[in-house]
Amino acid sequence: MLDIRNLHARIGDNEIIKGLDLTVPAGEVHAIMGPNGSGKSTLSYVLSGKEDYEVTEGSVTFNGQDLLALSASQRAAAGVFLAFQYPVEVPGVANMTFLRAALNAQRRTRGEEEISTPDFLRLVKQKAPALGISQDMLRRGVNVGFSGGEKKRNEILQMALLEPKLCILDEADSGLDIDALKVVAEGVNALRSPERSMLVITHYQRLLDHIVPDVIHVMHKGRIVRTGGKELALELEETGYAAYGADAA
Amino acid sequence: MNAEPKMTSRPTRTPAEQALADMLSAAPVSEAGRLGELRRAAAAAFVENGLPHRRVEEWHYTDLRALLRTVPARRAATSTPGEAVSFPNAIRVTLANGEVGPLPAELPQGVSLLTLADAIASDHPLLQRLGAAAPALYDAPLALNTALLGAGLVLHVAAGVKVARPIQVAQLFGGEAASVFTRLLVVVEEGASLSLIESFEGDGAAYLDDTVSELFIGDGAALDHVRLQAEGAAAIHLGTLVADLGRDARYDAFVLTLGAALSRLTVHGRFGGTGGHLGVRGASLLSDKRHADVTLFVDHAVAGCESRELFKTVLADSARGVFQGKIIVRPDAQKTDGRMMSQALLLSDDAEMDNKPELEIFADDVQCGHGATAGALDGKMLFYLMSRGLPREEAEMLLIQAFAGEAVEFVADLAVREVLTAHMTRWLEERHR
Repeated sequence: MLDIRNLHARIGDNEIIKGLDLTVPAGEVHAIMGPNGSGKSTLSYVLSGKEDYEVTEGSVTFNGQDLLALSASQRAAAGVFLAFQYPVEVPGVANMTFLRAALNAQRRTRGEEEISTPDFLRLVKQKAPALGISQDMLRRGVNVGFSGGEKKRNEILQMALLEPKLCILDEADSGLDIDALKVVAEGVNALRSPERSMLVITHYQRLLDHIVPDVIHVMHKGRIVRTGGKELALELEETGYAAYGADAA
Repeated sequence: MNAEPKMTSRPTRTPAEQALADMLSAAPVSEAGRLGELRRAAAAAFVENGLPHRRVEEWHYTDLRALLRTVPARRAATSTPGEAVSFPNAIRVTLANGEVGPLPAELPQGVSLLTLADAIASDHPLLQRLGAAAPALYDAPLALNTALLGAGLVLHVAAGVKVARPIQVAQLFGGEAASVFTRLLVVVEEGASLSLIESFEGDGAAYLDDTVSELFIGDGAALDHVRLQAEGAAAIHLGTLVADLGRDARYDAFVLTLGAALSRLTVHGRFGGTGGHLGVRGASLLSDKRHADVTLFVDHAVAGCESRELFKTVLADSARGVFQGKIIVRPDAQKTDGRMMSQALLLSDDAEMDNKPELEIFADDVQCGHGATAGALDGKMLFYLMSRGLPREEAEMLLIQAFAGEAVEFVADLAVREVLTAHMTRWLEERHR
């Protein structure tokens, strides 16, 4: 599914990803843990095509396609989805309008028919309640006036509607209390499938109690420095990232 | 007359000023009475002051003297331009190249509409209002319009009459370039209400459209006003709006600016009684080398009135936008509530926005605020939309629509709003073609 080889990326003169290798097979959930500043969020942006970052070396292959040759919107249509750590507020664009425009844009890019209005409304009606997304939240501007938890749930709703092949969750639990975290985790778990891979980026072990990964990678200074099973999370919870030269925080 | 020595005091008259002065000489004012005096005074004021330039504060960013190179002659129309923009359900009167077309056969009860020529010929009492609310200070486009007074309309709504259908005054320009001076006088009597639409459209000719609308909104009356400026790409549009509000009157205007090579809209809002509400909102979408200036003067002369101004300017290519807004709160205007905001979105490094909001407050118990911003599209928003699959152009369009949409939302009539939105969408699509 996703194959990253010797990836180097920088922003300005600052190299952040320094020779990263990572393979995520279809249907697997991989977690990336690591201290602040290890390059976790940068990896998520580089994979989803944020233009501020420059890839200087290496390759990213996604279902046989050269991902780095695609624009952000083409990557989305190819099945890459980034759930943002801080979802962006877009005033003046109604959430519903946005969801439909995104879904149809992806369909057009893939050469598929656009979804009809009744079908789209049915789809939203089917997905939104489980995530606690109200009609009001659908009518409002994208993420405008949403609480932290509402923003995260809105990210998961987008994920559920767009049905990506690779979900990248960047600190999906940040700013959430335990109840909100459970709603988000349930939404994510409902999307687990043999055709869908997930890359769960998190600083803390807590999230991985709810979204249990198949594989855990430890990232440090722009590289994967250790890979193990889900028990690795517990070990990191005990010892912190000190072993990797980082502050215990 | 004493015009002669003053003419020699301005030895550096530009070709455009000379052409306009010649136009004034060729059409001497013949009327007697108040209108004649008004027009003669306006002509003399132009002869004395000429076109404004950048050292005239109100015209600092739109140096009309430098920008107005040539002035086409006034001439009878040589062709009939096409069809005007249609607003659903509106009663429409069309002025083609400044000539009034047929008046509607039927008008709603309590509404009367006559041509300015007929009003003048019959010395209609409503003409007493012409120029009555205009600012005392010299303003060249207004003075020229008064002095050269061309065709126009007088629209009257009787007291207490709520006019259900919008009335559209459509101006169309095409064919040989000409200078056209049109005037609209609207009187909405006490307790009445009206929805007025003005549209300005033209072809590629380098015509000059100097147009003045005077709006009298009586006590407890309401006027919703939409103004669509989609003039031709080579046109010069000089517009003046004068709104005079009575006690508890309401005036809500929305101006959409899309066209003309050079345009200036000057809005004068004046509260004549307490409890008035004035809302002037607008969106300007400008491409190529267009220069569009919106200048507002809101005069809180009396207590307890409310004014709201919101302007959104989108600038592409090397377009230039100007927003000037002055809210004056006079000493007696306690409990004034005034808010003014101008926001610009620059889509190109070569675009320019000049924002100048001003407050002049002479009363002590007021709530007033103003703000101005200018910036590029938000990169974070753009990436967010693109990361969901929207191609860059589509994401940009959505963001631009959202930006300008905040002002369009104030157009209460949804059918009218839809026509305006369609014009904005067309502008966005043409940009990407």
